[in-house]
Amino acid sequence: MMKAIVGEGSCGLAAGAGKVYAALEARNTGKYEMGVTGCIGMCFLEPIVDIYEGKELKQRLVRVTEGDAEDIAAAMESGDLSGVERLFIQDEDADFLNQQTRIALRHCGLIDPTSIDAYIEEGGYEAIRKVLTTMTPEEVIEEIKISGLAGRGGAGFPTWFKWNACRQAAGEPKYLICNADEGDPGAFMDRAVIESDPHNLIEGMLVGAYAIGAAEMVVYVRAEYPLAIVRLEKAIAQAREKGFLGENIMGTGFSCDMRIKAGAGAFVCGEETALIASLEGKRGMPRLKPPFPANSGYNLKPSNINNVETYANVAWIMTNGGAAFSAMGTENSKGTKVFALTGKVKRGGLVEIPMGKTLRDVIFGIGGGIREDKEFKAVQMGGPSGGCIPASLLDTVIDYKALAATGAIMGSGGMVVMDSSTCMVEMTRFFLNFTTNESCGKCVPCRLGTKRMHEILTRIVSGEGKEGDIELLEELCLAIKDGALCGLGQTAPNPVLTTIRYFRDEYEEHIKNKKCPAKECTELLQYRIVEDACKGCTACARKCPVQCISGEAKKPHVIDQSKCIKCGNCIATCRFDAIVVE
Amino acid sequence: MSECCCANKTSDLSLLDDVMEKYASVEGSLITILQHAQEIYGYLPIDVIYYVAGRTGNSPAKVMGVATFYTQFRLQPVGKHLIMLCKGTACHVNGANSIEKAICEELKIKDGGTTEDGLFTLKTVACLGCCSLSPVMMIGEETYGSLTPAKAVEILGDIRAKEAAQ
Repeated sequence: MMKAIVGEGSCGLAAGAGKVYAALEARNTGKYEMGVTGCIGMCFLEPIVDIYEGKELKQRLVRVTEGDAEDIAAAMESGDLSGVERLFIQDEDADFLNQQTRIALRHCGLIDPTSIDAYIEEGGYEAIRKVLTTMTPEEVIEEIKISGLAGRGGAGFPTWFKWNACRQAAGEPKYLICNADEGDPGAFMDRAVIESDPHNLIEGMLVGAYAIGAAEMVVYVRAEYPLAIVRLEKAIAQAREKGFLGENIMGTGFSCDMRIKAGAGAFVCGEETALIASLEGKRGMPRLKPPFPANSGYNLKPSNINNVETYANVAWIMTNGGAAFSAMGTENSKGTKVFALTGKVKRGGLVEIPMGKTLRDVIFGIGGGIREDKEFKAVQMGGPSGGCIPASLLDTVIDYKALAATGAIMGSGGMVVMDSSTCMVEMTRFFLNFTTNESCGKCVPCRLGTKRMHEILTRIVSGEGKEGDIELLEELCLAIKDGALCGLGQTAPNPVLTTIRYFRDEYEEHIKNKKCPAKECTELLQYRIVEDACKGCTACARKCPVQCISGEAKKPHVIDQSKCIKCGNCIATCRFDAIVVE
Repeated sequence: MSECCCANKTSDLSLLDDVMEKYASVEGSLITILQHAQEIYGYLPIDVIYYVAGRTGNSPAKVMGVATFYTQFRLQPVGKHLIMLCKGTACHVNGANSIEKAICEELKIKDGGTTEDGLFTLKTVACLGCCSLSPVMMIGEETYGSLTPAKAVEILGDIRAKEAAQ
């Protein structure tokens, strides 16, 4: 009997996976089985239905709609899938996965995230069994040290060092916290891990809790991820029932429980001291370090905070050994890294690759290059704390140091690809708008500095840039970097600095010539009717909200530039491509 | 206090009994309590803020401070359908601005506003995490991806038609 597994991550559901599942289920007369899985990471092909026969994946069907359910049901009943050949995944799309090495995502899209048995069948909870029955906490920390695992939230701090500091710290109880406040716009790796493989996170955290001697684990999840919260809640309940959480775990005498805290929407809570304040029910404002959370964290007790992806690697490391992990990667950066590849790329989704691959490998190899084969312009890494890397640096290897040298950062893994239609100044203004809104307001350099930078950038994109603006921005950047209290402020200038460094000419075009080369900044554009192409159909004139288009019927029309509000209605209306933007 | 206009609000505070029993004396639960309160009332009415302050032993200023710090909390009621339009990086690159423009024109409201008939409230958000389907919006629990201005307007029209039929 065949089995249809529907990918039900948030992306899949948004694309309609829930309806596909319901349609298949409605036609099921017991002649096939149904199941769900999490996010396989091929978001560009959602909704995805995998057809299994026993343990074997017979076929992966992509971009499935409700309307295909009838044919799929018939094909599964007969055991002959040729009737739905139109939905088969193409070889080049399948390559998206074949080029990856998956550790943190190793079960994502393959197992049922709502079933603890599915996880156990894949060797789940064996790592924690091994740790609790054969290793001392010091040995665990040593193994993590050998692995070279570093914080995947962005900063890349060695995980073993944090764990060790917390283990050594005086004070009880100790807390192990997971930062799942994935606020970086353009990143969704953590959400995918929690939605698709929640038990892997629980197991990784348990190993950490044992290593530092924690009695309680807390996962701080953004409230915008309702499905992740539901799946994790269920997983925690299942793990408790099976004795993997709670008192005397697996009869070893080790006790530790876990709870979820839903965040309430504040980007700054990704900063660990702000996250702790939020956990305590306060405004999420960061504080000066030291003392570090390892000594005085949640409720002033020793606390260790790592990112979801960091923990997602831990069980694998314990099973396969630290050396197997450190065998992958570069001198400075070990193991693999997950990226959320999005933007103007052909094949977007979740990508996990060994460190040391180049940006080109990811964007062109796995991502298939730029949509409509336009020209690659830049890739934004690290979100509002990161920077834009231009085409000339596409061969930069993925490594903490190499990426930092470009002015960007590894970041949590957001990778937004931009083509020639993206204006870099407007992009920078977009990020500064974000950081201005998200600045907690505690320190002046960030609160006022980001606001001033945002004002200058807004001026530039609206055609009121002044000579000296670039230099003023640079000066502000350095002052904010030096003076801001926490990571949010210290890194907020990065988008500005990198775009000035690599796209200074675009800034100058905006300021000196009042032109936007990418034709994105509306106030710098001019709409013009090409006389020869205009048929005088009057469609545009009727659509113009400010009546600035005039002309006789069947004769070329003209746009009154002094009245035009650059809404673009005319260009969208014209059937003869007679209107150009300059 | 009695002259203050806020005192005129009269929410049914007994709806919070269960939440208070569970969390009022648990330290650090303020955000959780406010989240439950918002689920119950749809927003955080001012008298609820005072009530929560009293029950948790916090000053109203502190509760208000928390309520205004986090973007999830609302101090005003919202329309029947809350439109959360994503303006994250990927959506921005793929044209979220044109979607916002189309929605604003269609509903004749601005970001944060509610339509006169109380049917829709528009709120732009930083990232919904469905970047590969960008541009994206969520209306209630439903996510809509790969939007175009026309598609967004059509979705709103469908909801309107459904409401009118009821």
